[in-house]
Amino acid sequence: MDIPYVVQPREDTGLFNAKVGIWLFLASEVMLFGALFSSYILLRVGSMNWLYGEAKDLNVWLGTANTAVLITSSITMVMAWASLKLNEFGKFKAYMGATILLGLVFMVIKAFEYNAKFHHGHFPASHTFYAIYFTLTGLHALHVLGGMVVNSFYWGPGSKMWKTDPVRFTNRVEIGGLF
Amino acid sequence: MSLKAFHIVFVAASILLAFGFGVWSLLDYQDHGNTAELVGGLVSVLAGFALIIYAKAILRKLKNISYL
Repeated sequence: MDIPYVVQPREDTGLFNAKVGIWLFLASEVMLFGALFSSYILLRVGSMNWLYGEAKDLNVWLGTANTAVLITSSITMVMAWASLKLNEFGKFKAYMGATILLGLVFMVIKAFEYNAKFHHGHFPASHTFYAIYFTLTGLHALHVLGGMVVNSFYWGPGSKMWKTDPVRFTNRVEIGGLF
Repeated sequence: MSLKAFHIVFVAASILLAFGFGVWSLLDYQDHGNTAELVGGLVSVLAGFALIIYAKAILRKLKNISYL
């Protein structure tokens, strides 16, 4: 039995199955991160000795650099998907490779940030601020790591599908990009 | 919503972030006179303009791809 709407979108919704699935997943992620950000706000307003300004030992420039890396990786990810839509597999390989490398750069910068915190004796148990800081940024780093694993599969062995079922492969890359 | 539509939302948020961070950094420079904040602020504002140009270019490139 063939499962409907695996490749072609359903007529009334305009969506294929995996796109519904990824949006449901993203909705659950919004709730997960929403709960964590709510916890952050509640912990902050309820704390009598919150850390402010330089007391946090945060490196604004490393954080800014990582934000720029994430925005750039979003661009290369979309370009990878658009390349498949435009039937340019070679460009897909280049853009997807760049996306994976940018993910790696993000993780390296994050490692430097964490290393500096540990060097200054800041651990999750050190202060409420660091507890929520490591929870939020650590979960986000895991999210990036998951994306890197999935994208590496699309770039490597998973890309064989382009020869047998190009529309489905393009859909898969779009789902990875939405993640 | 397709990756195209989501990307446009993401780029719009990035433009706001770039200008917001740029203004914050330049205001901080006014208070403290730190050259790094001046450079960071200017680069961030320039990045905001670059993202606007990019958004226009990507919309042109993907004009035949659905938003769904």
